[in-house]
Amino acid sequence: MITETLPSSDTDAERVLGGEVRCTHCTLPVPAGFVDSARERQFCCNGCATAFAILHQHGLDRYYEFAQKREAPVRASARRYEEFDHPAFAERYVVVSDRGVARTELYLEGVHCASCVWLVERVPLIVSGVVRAELDIRRSRAVVEWDALAVSLSAIAATLASLGYPPHPFRGVARNAIRTREDRAMLMRIGIAGAIAINVMLAALALYSGELNGMDGSLTRFFRWISFGLIIPAFVWPGRVFFTGAWAALRTRSLHMDLPIALALAVGLIRGAINTIIDSGPIYFDGLALLIFALLVGRFLQQRGQRMAADAAELLHALAPVSARVVDAQGIHEIPADALLPGMVLDVRAGESFAADGIVIEGTSTVNAALLTGESRPVSVGTSEHVFAGTHNIEAPLRVLVEQAGETSRIAKLMQQVAESARRRAPVVQMANRMAGIFVAVVLTAAAITWLVKWRMHSAHALDDAIALLIVTCPCALALATPLAITVAVGRAAGRGILIKGGDALELLSTPATLVLDKTGTVTEGTTSLVSWIGDERVKSVVLALEVGSSHPLADGFRRGLVDYADEASRHVVRDVKHVAGGGLEATVDGAFVRIGSPRFVSRATEGSAVPIVPALQDAMSAMDRTLTPVYVSIDGQIVAAASLGDRVRADAAESLAALRAAGWKTIMLSGDAQEVVDAVGASLGFAAGDAIGAASPEDKLAFVERAKLRGRVVMVGDGVNDAAAIAAAHVGIGVHGGAEACLSTADVYLTRPGLDGLVELTSGAHDTMRVIRRNIGFSIGYNVIGASLAMLGLLNPLIAAVLMPTSSLTVVLGSWYGRSFSRARLRSLS
Amino acid sequence: MSVLYIVVPLAMVIVGAAVFAFIWSAKSGQMDDLETPAVRMLHDDTQ
Repeated sequence: MITETLPSSDTDAERVLGGEVRCTHCTLPVPAGFVDSARERQFCCNGCATAFAILHQHGLDRYYEFAQKREAPVRASARRYEEFDHPAFAERYVVVSDRGVARTELYLEGVHCASCVWLVERVPLIVSGVVRAELDIRRSRAVVEWDALAVSLSAIAATLASLGYPPHPFRGVARNAIRTREDRAMLMRIGIAGAIAINVMLAALALYSGELNGMDGSLTRFFRWISFGLIIPAFVWPGRVFFTGAWAALRTRSLHMDLPIALALAVGLIRGAINTIIDSGPIYFDGLALLIFALLVGRFLQQRGQRMAADAAELLHALAPVSARVVDAQGIHEIPADALLPGMVLDVRAGESFAADGIVIEGTSTVNAALLTGESRPVSVGTSEHVFAGTHNIEAPLRVLVEQAGETSRIAKLMQQVAESARRRAPVVQMANRMAGIFVAVVLTAAAITWLVKWRMHSAHALDDAIALLIVTCPCALALATPLAITVAVGRAAGRGILIKGGDALELLSTPATLVLDKTGTVTEGTTSLVSWIGDERVKSVVLALEVGSSHPLADGFRRGLVDYADEASRHVVRDVKHVAGGGLEATVDGAFVRIGSPRFVSRATEGSAVPIVPALQDAMSAMDRTLTPVYVSIDGQIVAAASLGDRVRADAAESLAALRAAGWKTIMLSGDAQEVVDAVGASLGFAAGDAIGAASPEDKLAFVERAKLRGRVVMVGDGVNDAAAIAAAHVGIGVHGGAEACLSTADVYLTRPGLDGLVELTSGAHDTMRVIRRNIGFSIGYNVIGASLAMLGLLNPLIAAVLMPTSSLTVVLGSWYGRSFSRARLRSLS
Repeated sequence: MSVLYIVVPLAMVIVGAAVFAFIWSAKSGQMDDLETPAVRMLHDDTQ
C-alpha cells in the first residue's frame, strides 16, 4: 500500500481553483490551499517559487517589468538531467572547441515572449561558467556555450528547467547546419537576381521609350552595354543553378523543367550578346533577368513552406523522453535511454514513461498503454508482469527489470515498420511535374519547327523568332503557379492550426476518398472526463477537495468536471489522505470518513461487511454506461454517490463527420479499444455497422490500411504510436492535436487545435487550393500559347514580350493570393 | 543627356555596394533569425 499526504506540491492544482490571489511569477491564480498570508509574495506552486528565488537572488527582478503572462506555471521537477553529462550524450550533441568551450543546441519548452529571450540569455549571469546563451524564439532553440571545466551541462539544464524552460537535446545539429547554409545561399541568389533584374529593367525602360520617342544612337548603345554588363553576374551567380540542374537532367536523360529554362537562358544570352556587339536586333536581357529572379522566388517559396511545418514537427519530436533512472549498487542515477541494456533495473516514478520493455520486479501500479494499444482505460500491473517502452506509469513507483531496450523494444520495432511504410510510399507525381515533361517537349519542338520553317523560307528572322519563342514561353508563371498557390494555402492553413508538410497532401485531399479515423484521442478527447454523476450534489465539493492533489487520470477527470465547486471544496478540512493503489482514495473530510474509488474498494467496508447503498441510487447505478469507468463515493460507511468517467466523444465530432460524409468521404473508425466501446461510440456518431472496428492492434491497423489502399485512396487520421504505421502507409496521414511524436513525424498533415472540424476545413481548403492551381496553370498556359503563336508568326517584338512575361507572373501571384483556399471568407461560408 | 554617362555608372556602383552589403549580412547570419533580434533590442540594460 502506497500512501501520500495532501496537499502535495502538485502543479495541476492551480488549474482548478479560481480566486483573486495571483502567483507572483506566472500570474496565474493561486489555489486557496497555497495562500500563506504570512508571506509577502504568493506562488501557485513550488516551481514558480523556485524560479522567483533564483531570479531574485541574482538581481534579475527586472524580468517582471516586461514579463508577459506565462501560459503555464513553472513545473517543479526533481530531474537532475544527469544524462546530459553522459559520454553517449556528449558524443551525439556536444561540440568542444580548441579553447575548451563546449557548445550544444537545446530545444526549450515554454518559450513564448520577449521576457523569455531576456531570461534565457541571462543564464551566464546565473550559472558561472556559461559563456553564452542565445535564443531563437521562433524555433524555440537555444545555443549554449560553456566552459566544460567550470560547469557541467546538467547544472545548466537544471537551471533552465527551474526557470520554467525544460531543455531537450536538439537532434538535428548537423542537418541544421546544412540547411542554414542552403538558406543563406538561396537568399543571396534571390537578392542578387532581384537587384540585377530591377536595374536591367530600368535600362530596358529607357531603351523602349527611346525606341518610341527616338533616342541618340550612342546612348542606345550605352544602355545596351550596361544591360549586358549587368546580366553577366546574374548568370554567373544566381542563374548558375538552372544550368547545373539542366546538366543533371541531361545526364540522367530525363525531361526536367530546368532544361528549357537553361536552354532559353543560354540561347538568349548568346544571341543578346551578339546583337549587343553588332549593335542591331533585340537583346532579351530584361526578360532573362526577370526570369531568373521569378524562378528563384518560386523555388524559395516552395522550400520554405515545407520547412516551416517540418520544423514544428521536429520540436514535438524532441519532447520525447530521452533518459531513464537506473538503479545499481551505487544508487540511482540518470542515463540516456540509448545507453540502456537488458538486465538493468529501472526506477520509474508515477507519471513517468517507461524507457524500455521489461518485467515489473517491485510495486503495483496502473499503466496507460494508449500510446501502444489505443486502449483508453488504464490497465493495472503487478510484479512479474510486462510493461512496454513508451507507455505511461500512472499511479505508483515501479522497479522494472529491462528485457529489451533500444532497437529491439516493441515500440522500436513498430517504428521500424513506420519508417518502412514511409519509404515504400510511392512518390506522388504532382500535377506541375507531370506537365513539365509535356511542356518541355512541346516548347522545344515548337522552337525547332519555327526555326526550320523560317529558315527554309529564307526569313532573315528565323533565329530571332525561335529565340523569342523560347524566352517568352519560359515557364515563369508555370513555375510559380503550383508553389505559390500551395505556399499561400499552407501559410493560411498554419494560421488556422493546420500544419501541412507537403503540397502533394493537398492534391490527394482535394477529392473525397476513404477516411479512416482512430478512436481514442481522435474522435474522442483522449483524456478522462466526468461523464455522469448520480447522487447528492453536495458530495461533489467533497470529492473535489480530495482529488485536487492526486496524480491519477481519474482525478484529472474530476478536477476538470467539478471546476465550479472549487470555492466550496477549498472550505473543506481534509485530513489523513490515503492513496490506495488499485483502489482509490480515503480521507477524513470535516470529521466524516470518505472513500472514493472503484466499486470494489468502496463497497468493501473496513469490517469486511458490505456497505449499504442509498436506496434511491440502486437502479440508476445498474443503468450506468458499462463502457465507462465507474467510481463510487461513500461517506461514513454509506455509498452516497456514483460517477462514471471516460473518454468523451469530441463535441464537434458528429457535426464534422456528417459534413465530411456529405462531401462524399467514406468514414471508417478503427480502434485498439474493445469492440463494445467502439460500437457504442460508432453508433452515436452514425458510423455504418461494419465501419466501426474495434480491438485492432497496430499491426491490424496497418494491414487494414494496406487492404483499403487496393480499393482506392486512403486517408488515415490518428494520434498514437499505434496509428503511426497506418499513418505512414496511407496515401495521406493526418496527426491530431496532442498526438504522439511517432505519429506526428510521419503524418503529412497535423492539426494543432483540438477537434475534428480541422478535417472539414482541410479537405475543403485542399479542394479550393487545387482549383486555384488549375486556374493558375490555365492562365500561364494561355499566356504561353499567345506568346508562342506571336513568336512563330514573327509578330513578337521585345516590347510585347516584356509586357507579356511579367503580366503572366503577376496574374498567377494575384490569382493565388485572392484564391479562396483556407481564407476567412471561405470558412464563414462553410459554417 | 551626356550626364547619363556619369550618373548611370555611378548608380551601378551604388547598387554594387548595396548588393555587397546584402551578401555580407546574409553570410554573417543576420537573415537567419528575423524575430528574436527584434525582441532582444527591448532589453536595453547595461549588464
